[in-house]
Amino acid sequence: MTDAEGRKQHIQNLLQKAERLHQNLDGSFSDRLVSSIYKEATAIARSSVIESGNRRAGWDVYFDRIATHPVTGFPLMFLILAAIFWITIEGANYPSQLIARGLFWFEGWAAGLFFQLGAPPWLTGFLWHGVWRGLAWVVSVMLPPMAIFFPLFTILEDFGYLPRVAFNMDALFRRVGAHGKQALTMAMGFGCNAAGVISTRIIDSPRERLIAIITNNFVPCNGRWPTLIMMATIFIAAPFPAGVGSLVAAASLMAVTLFGVFMTLVVSFGLSKTLLKGTPSVFTLELPPYRKPRILQTLYTSLIDRTIFVLWRAIIMAAPAGAVIWILGNTHIGGLPLSNHIANALDPLGRLIGLDGVVLLAYIIAIPANEIVIPTIIMAYSQASMMIELDSLEALRHLLVDQHGWTIVTAISLMLFSLLHNPCSTTILTIWKETRSAKWTAVATFLPLTIAFIVNFLFVQIVLFFM
Amino acid sequence: MAGCQCAQATTCSSHGNLIRLGVNIRDFDYLIALAGNPNTGKTTLFNALSGLRQHTGNWPGKTVVRSEGAFRHNGYKYKVVDLPGTYSLLSTSEDEEIARDFILFGNPDCVVVVVDATALERNLNLVLQVLEITDRVVVALNLMDEAERKGMFVDARKLAKELGVPVVPMVAREGKGTDHLLQTVQDLVTGNLRTQPRRIELDPHIEEAVQQLLPHLKNLYPNLSNHRWLAMRLLEGDPSIRRAILTDSLAQTESPLAPQKEEDMSELEAALEV
Repeated sequence: MTDAEGRKQHIQNLLQKAERLHQNLDGSFSDRLVSSIYKEATAIARSSVIESGNRRAGWDVYFDRIATHPVTGFPLMFLILAAIFWITIEGANYPSQLIARGLFWFEGWAAGLFFQLGAPPWLTGFLWHGVWRGLAWVVSVMLPPMAIFFPLFTILEDFGYLPRVAFNMDALFRRVGAHGKQALTMAMGFGCNAAGVISTRIIDSPRERLIAIITNNFVPCNGRWPTLIMMATIFIAAPFPAGVGSLVAAASLMAVTLFGVFMTLVVSFGLSKTLLKGTPSVFTLELPPYRKPRILQTLYTSLIDRTIFVLWRAIIMAAPAGAVIWILGNTHIGGLPLSNHIANALDPLGRLIGLDGVVLLAYIIAIPANEIVIPTIIMAYSQASMMIELDSLEALRHLLVDQHGWTIVTAISLMLFSLLHNPCSTTILTIWKETRSAKWTAVATFLPLTIAFIVNFLFVQIVLFFM
Repeated sequence: MAGCQCAQATTCSSHGNLIRLGVNIRDFDYLIALAGNPNTGKTTLFNALSGLRQHTGNWPGKTVVRSEGAFRHNGYKYKVVDLPGTYSLLSTSEDEEIARDFILFGNPDCVVVVVDATALERNLNLVLQVLEITDRVVVALNLMDEAERKGMFVDARKLAKELGVPVVPMVAREGKGTDHLLQTVQDLVTGNLRTQPRRIELDPHIEEAVQQLLPHLKNLYPNLSNHRWLAMRLLEGDPSIRRAILTDSLAQTESPLAPQKEEDMSELEAALEV
């Protein structure tokens, strides 16, 4: 017998012996081991900890009573969320306009310079009215809200509020057959769905983890906030006076977010009754102590790591998207630009769900990054029509409403579609890496898309019925 | 326990020995793993040591992949790995598996178990399990400030005596105790400090079964240090350990249980950095 064979034999013996002993212990091994460990841990802790007993009930105890109370817990949650939205909208308005004005001024100046230098018009158009304009929109529309929203959210997280949210939502998630920790992974999705999908690793049961992965898409991420915030600001808040307007805009964002949470619960329920049957597993959720947020560090990390990172991603995605749009708009077939052909082909489908062909085209171009949906729409529109100066939200409203017939129904349809449609390609890739299953990746991609079409279609039908 | 053993006086100032090296982790002298229950401050400590800015959050489970960084202290270069927080090493969720595999097969020169001083009993469950796997353990007794606020006094000396490994009181958020911790780690990895880790007193039935398996395991894997732990996993019927033994991949690779997936994730995390 060779050494290798001997070793193999030895391994077989070992495993057989282990199996026999395992059988003899008759399933009680874990329990016995765990109880030995607990016994010792208790003994050691008792001998080395002295509790002086004068533990004062601090404000945190009282705050927790409110934050996790069955009656006050939810309203407090809504209040905090609404406050964050309101501060974001109110605070971002002015800086956005300032940045937009600056960047669009530069567009005009640079285009003029190119003209004077005798550069060919296609180059000026491609570079400044195509690529630069896309970038300018991304920066001016996305930077200020993100620079406000992310730090606020991170401070809340640092403070320790998220586990309380999970605690409050636990009962809801359990009732729909999902895992209570899904509230946490959902909260991560508010930042980035790909990160949200990775964070589902805290869920042990594969069934519940899949539910959390598939439904993570229903909370709006970085890339979709700007679209939602913009629609809320220029359409829903527009008829109201300035002060009330931002409240209304915040309320509409709230409504969209809550609808996303509602859809998360509905779809989780549907999945746990059909494809992913089972009963929710029990877990213990630790409520950590509230900790004083480290404000400066939070500002730094959320500005550098999140805001700039997301903005950079948007910029490197928007530049090629701007180029694609410009090429589609300037390649003529049969007298019409290519982009018109595509948009026209998509138009009937778009109308069915309250949008149009250009918006659908923008969504296809924006699959790599949802950040660029609005800039793509603007680029496509402003190419089709005469070149206009888009240096304010008012001008944008003019472009969308007066020239392309957008209404509040279009705005709400866009918000709904933005909330529900398929995840971006980074998230899809992450889902594939986490599940290693083509089937579940496909489900996670096409289920939300289907739901988006159905919900939007129903919304349009209801509006048509009443109007 | 550790103290400053001033062989070279120049390396013994209490501050300024730490040089953060970020992700520059090539050619390290020693490998340190940070383990501990969720939300005890592992990532805070990791950031303080490496100078990296892994996102921390005040909720259990923020870190689900292991992240790696490096620092230099007293002339030694260390690679430090931040493991996902776990309550135990016995269950099977993916984040716990990552932590367990690394401690078992990553051959860390030292495992720093970060412990929440305000919830010592629960945290000790994990410490005791880690002590079953490896002798090279330093306990970082973190959140001492919160314990004090709660009116608790944790006797680090007593705890060290009970556990048989050094215990360093810390407030990682404020950087308190970091120097002491690093000095202790250095003493441990350089062999200046010997530990005598406490082993769990097993129920007699289990102990007997473990004794029956031990000779086989020692014979098959003379280089591994945690035969008792392996025996216990086999008695538990852990399928991943059975598989690793059956395919004879235990003593060879770094992490025979879940090799490729983890790699993918750290890459993706690096790409996302959110």
